[in-house]
Amino acid sequence: MGSRVLRWICACIWVWMASAHATTSLDPELAKQLTASQISQRLGAIETMGQSGSPQAAKVLEALTLANVFVTPQGRVFLDSKPPIDVLTGEPVAQIPEAAERVRLNNRLRGALQTEVAYALLFAERPDTQIQAARQLQSRPDATRVFILQRALDASSNTEVRDAIAVSMAIASLQSDDLAMKLDAIEQLGDSGRGQFKVALQALLAQSDNGTFDQPPSVRDATALALEKIERQQTIQTWLGNLFFGLSMGSVLLLAALGLAIIFGLMGVINMAHGELLMIGAYSTYLVQSAVQAWWPAGIDFYILFAIPVAFVVTACVGMVLEKTVIRWLYGRPLETLLATWGVSLILIQAVRSIFGAQNVEVANPNWMSGGWQVMGDLVVSYNRIYIFFFALFVVAVLWLALNHTRIGLFMRAITQNRRMANCVGVPTERVDMFAFGLGAGIAGLGGVALSQLGNVGPDLGRTYIVDSFMVVVLGGVGQLAGTVIAALSLGTINKLIEPMSGAVIAKIAILVFIILFIQKRPQGIFAPKGRSAEA
Amino acid sequence: MKRRMILKQLTVATALAISGWMPQAVAADDTIKVGVLHSLSGTMAISETTLKDVALMTIDEINANGGVLGKMLEPVVVDPASDWPLFAEKARELLAKEKVAVVFGCWTSVSRKSVLPVFEELNGLLFYPVQYEGEELEMNVFYTGAAPNQQAIPAVEYLLSEDGGGAKRFVLLGTDYVYPRTTNKILRAFLNQKGITDENIEEIYTPFGHADYQTIVANIKKFSQGGKTAVVSTINGDSNVPFYKELGNAGLKATDVPVVAFSVGEEELRGVDTDPLLGHLAAWNYFESLDNPVNKEFVAKWKAYAKAQNIPNYETAVTNDPMEATYIGINMWKQAVEQAGTTDVDKVIDAMGGQTFEAPDGYTVKMDETNHHLHKPVYIGEIQPNGQFDVVWQTEGPIRAQPWSPFIEGNEGKQGM
Amino acid sequence: MTSLTSTAVVVPPHSRTPVLFKPGAWLAISLVVGVFAVLPLLNLWLPVEHPWHVAQHTISLLGKFICFALAALALDLVWGYAGILSLGHGLFFALGGYAHGMYLMRAANPAPGQLPEFMVFLSMTEIPWFWTFTEYPLYSWMLVLLAPGLVAFIFGYFAFKSRITGVYFSIITQALTYAAMLLFFRNETGFGGNNGFTGFKWILGFDITSPQTRAGLYWASLLALLGALLVGRWITTSKLGRVLMAVRDGEGRLRFLGYEPAGFKLFVWTVSAMLCGLAGALYVPQVGIINPSEMSPANSIEMVVWVATGGRGTLIGPIVGAGTVNGLKTWFTSTFPEYWLYALGLLFVLVTVLLPQGIVGLVRKTLQRARGART
Repeated sequence: MGSRVLRWICACIWVWMASAHATTSLDPELAKQLTASQISQRLGAIETMGQSGSPQAAKVLEALTLANVFVTPQGRVFLDSKPPIDVLTGEPVAQIPEAAERVRLNNRLRGALQTEVAYALLFAERPDTQIQAARQLQSRPDATRVFILQRALDASSNTEVRDAIAVSMAIASLQSDDLAMKLDAIEQLGDSGRGQFKVALQALLAQSDNGTFDQPPSVRDATALALEKIERQQTIQTWLGNLFFGLSMGSVLLLAALGLAIIFGLMGVINMAHGELLMIGAYSTYLVQSAVQAWWPAGIDFYILFAIPVAFVVTACVGMVLEKTVIRWLYGRPLETLLATWGVSLILIQAVRSIFGAQNVEVANPNWMSGGWQVMGDLVVSYNRIYIFFFALFVVAVLWLALNHTRIGLFMRAITQNRRMANCVGVPTERVDMFAFGLGAGIAGLGGVALSQLGNVGPDLGRTYIVDSFMVVVLGGVGQLAGTVIAALSLGTINKLIEPMSGAVIAKIAILVFIILFIQKRPQGIFAPKGRSAEA
Repeated sequence: MKRRMILKQLTVATALAISGWMPQAVAADDTIKVGVLHSLSGTMAISETTLKDVALMTIDEINANGGVLGKMLEPVVVDPASDWPLFAEKARELLAKEKVAVVFGCWTSVSRKSVLPVFEELNGLLFYPVQYEGEELEMNVFYTGAAPNQQAIPAVEYLLSEDGGGAKRFVLLGTDYVYPRTTNKILRAFLNQKGITDENIEEIYTPFGHADYQTIVANIKKFSQGGKTAVVSTINGDSNVPFYKELGNAGLKATDVPVVAFSVGEEELRGVDTDPLLGHLAAWNYFESLDNPVNKEFVAKWKAYAKAQNIPNYETAVTNDPMEATYIGINMWKQAVEQAGTTDVDKVIDAMGGQTFEAPDGYTVKMDETNHHLHKPVYIGEIQPNGQFDVVWQTEGPIRAQPWSPFIEGNEGKQGM
Repeated sequence: MTSLTSTAVVVPPHSRTPVLFKPGAWLAISLVVGVFAVLPLLNLWLPVEHPWHVAQHTISLLGKFICFALAALALDLVWGYAGILSLGHGLFFALGGYAHGMYLMRAANPAPGQLPEFMVFLSMTEIPWFWTFTEYPLYSWMLVLLAPGLVAFIFGYFAFKSRITGVYFSIITQALTYAAMLLFFRNETGFGGNNGFTGFKWILGFDITSPQTRAGLYWASLLALLGALLVGRWITTSKLGRVLMAVRDGEGRLRFLGYEPAGFKLFVWTVSAMLCGLAGALYVPQVGIINPSEMSPANSIEMVVWVATGGRGTLIGPIVGAGTVNGLKTWFTSTFPEYWLYALGLLFVLVTVLLPQGIVGLVRKTLQRARGART
């Protein structure tokens, strides 16, 4: 009770001091200290500014988080935006004065900066800014400033925000002398399920040199309980996490292999240039991104929506050209087709290398695909992978519709089951072949769009996925979409379940061995084509 | 049908004729041949094509200034196509057939190791410009890249310091080959010496081309909950990209878990969205952003050359450490030849020791008299959104290389030649 | 999947009468072998300035090509004659190379009990069990044949028994070689990881870099190639060969006739793997390095192109093909380095589309035409 009054008094003084300073401008010496040569001096400047509470200081700190900041010897502060802005007055200026020096930050300074700014952002308008600020403060507990957290807690009505702030307060209160508050804090931390509190909690169980415990038994029991809760949460999170990672990897494999499966099922052609079709899809995304950047910069976050149809069309065209010029001459000779398409893949790789350079090109994630969704506790699931997973399902759904509810889909299924018979009953096999190849290639293009969001876009993109695509196709069997889907998702999941135990390499080798063994048992894959076909 | 036959015959005849006819090299008297042995295709092309271009640029520059010993330099460029046995074959070709006076080349340690026997046998001269794991010292090779004590150790020292974040736990993450393995071995011994116990060090290796870092990032997250953690990444080149992406998406910021990479330079950052990477680190002996007149001139020269030669993506051309090392190497060789008065390999080797050069890294670097390595300064830089590095720490001056790391058993007593 | 095994298979005309080789062909072969055998002598005996002197690097290069030709020949046995397209023969080549490499690594050390350098570096304290006896060349040479042979036998046994054919089989061989490559890239596996084996000094007490040793290795490779040619000829002109060609042309029918193809396939598959291993073993001391990228899927596919370019099912064809493609590679990567991949890719496409019989087939047709025109 007494301490609460004390806190309230401190808060009042702080507010009074803040309002008293509201009209005075920022001390130029303090601003200049930001460009000092010693990091400790710069750190001091940031911390002083943060604790001063002055709105001017707050503006400067905020500017530091946005872009490069320059300070003149007279203490004027400029933000290097377009156009440059004088931070203290808020006015744009024509250019930053020559004499101004750039404020150089490093991680240590940035960490301190983020903490200082977080205290101010606790009172921001948007809830997710407040939550982020609260989370930032969870990693840097400062018992002397708990009262600010208390103020923020009282000021907010949003439950998520209040929870986040409560946890921040809890971690800061772990060192407090008030037993009730401490136990409360320990329980909150246990409920949060976040592993980052383990160390702080474990410190409470410490023994000093002479064997006695630092904390009374009630505290130690509560701590043990909290730690147990966290452990349990962590196990669940690990398993869920691995499952998700596996599904995510599976969805990537699915997108990569789907096109190959269609072509293989239809024509028995293993297209070794399939990886390069993925690559072309990824480069199309890059080109769309560049185009959007050049002609509609405001819409840069939506370039992906344009990239999808463009990539599809471009790769479909490439596929159809490929079919007409090379594959067509090699009917009935699947092994030769394999070799010829390998040759085509070499040509495509070198062509891309000559046009775009051997280096990787930059494909940025749109804003709404960056970051992750915090499912529970520590388990964060990246947005881009979630979107890709659903995109893969969407593509499968569309494909299923196309195969089962359109005329050409009917033809494709007929040809897959028995080409000669289909020919006999009047299915135009050559045209359907070309169309199917285009479709398979187009889907590979879509796979390339997804891959561009996950990793590098370079001439060798296709090579890294080709073997995996083969494995999915071989395992999944031919003729049924379901086979490919199940094969891809299982391979991804199994890989990710093995990986934590034995490392990435062994997991991959194990998968390959598994496939080799599986094929011995079921040579045609999971879903073998039904029907009578003369097998030699 | 007949036309097809003729077409086929012509194709084959041409192929056979061309393959059977390997042009004989004729060494002109008024040029000095210089070999360039970098992969222009295959997995290493990403990194090595720019080195070939920088080499050609430097050779052009030297020729414009009168050549070496009054003769023009004639570059002989071959493509070992990231194929290690082909490296050995091409090296042999350069030395025995083309009779080059010196070879500038190689990137990966495998490529270097596969050509070493050839250089030893034919007494050739190789300048190797890439940072590597050390544990080697060959008479016929001059190493213009960093040894571990000129890159890895200062980087980790920085991470341990308060300015660098005061890390207490380390994750040593690398691709599974000799450079990461050796570097991590050295770093582990170094960290043990600094009081970081083995339970606070985790070593993880991934295969080449590994793209799915979800599990590894989750592990790092868990590991970092035990204390302030830093990651030392010896992941090969562009495999760093999916790693950084995953790290960013999982919410691990550089202020929480800083990552210092040894194989990420300006060139690798070109193909990457650098916004989420702000604050992550790299350690090199040179950055394009260094502010000194020699570097400004070097960068300008390179950009002009890239434009003039119409190299793909010349608008965003950047310079990086191996490029600078190539530039230094070729110039130092020129100086040594002029000092020795001949291109004879043994004499040039003798003349190399003690050569100095005003390098774009802002210092006058020196080729050590006894250990065939350069004295190089060390810079630690943070990634900026524009793909450049902001130097946050640097050594007082160039430091001498220790190719035989004192942190690996069996190296006591091994020093120079 | 009828499209895979439909009867629209192109049946090479010479499959009906495998006369290997006509007297004219024997003469040509002897001539070529003679010329090749003399080349090292031109290197060793003639002084450097002599116009007929053959440079050292040419000998090394040709020795390498001969090893490749041997590997291509091995592949032709299974592909050209039994119709089994293997996209993983690089694995057997590499296994043979590694087996021999183990001996060479041991030989490079002054004391036989000493660990090879890379093991010291990995903090291994003693030689792993699979390295025992490798200091004895005879054991190592046995391993050169046994290792690939065993792997091929086990893999082939299960694969052929399960009747995996055609494209599925090819893809599985890719998986096999890819998995092996990943395994060997691991430093813990004990085979030198990414660096592989390098730094060889002695072979059977001879300095590995001396011209005499190089000539010796060259002649050994040439002899091996000749031997393999004769073995191949013996297999394919025997009754076994007829069965194999029946397997290639119509396995189903063969089964209905009462033969069990699996045993025959397994036999030729294992022999092919051993020959390939031999090629690898001879390749390694001439090149000076073996590393897991020899097992890469791309390498194995390149081997197939050697056979296809030369002409499969002819035994001579793959030798010609290996020489041609590798010669082109050497030339292109020096003269037009930027265009090498275009050339190789174009070669693949043209050969499969326009020249299904390869160079040898083309020559044969031309000769037949000439003969036909005369009569």
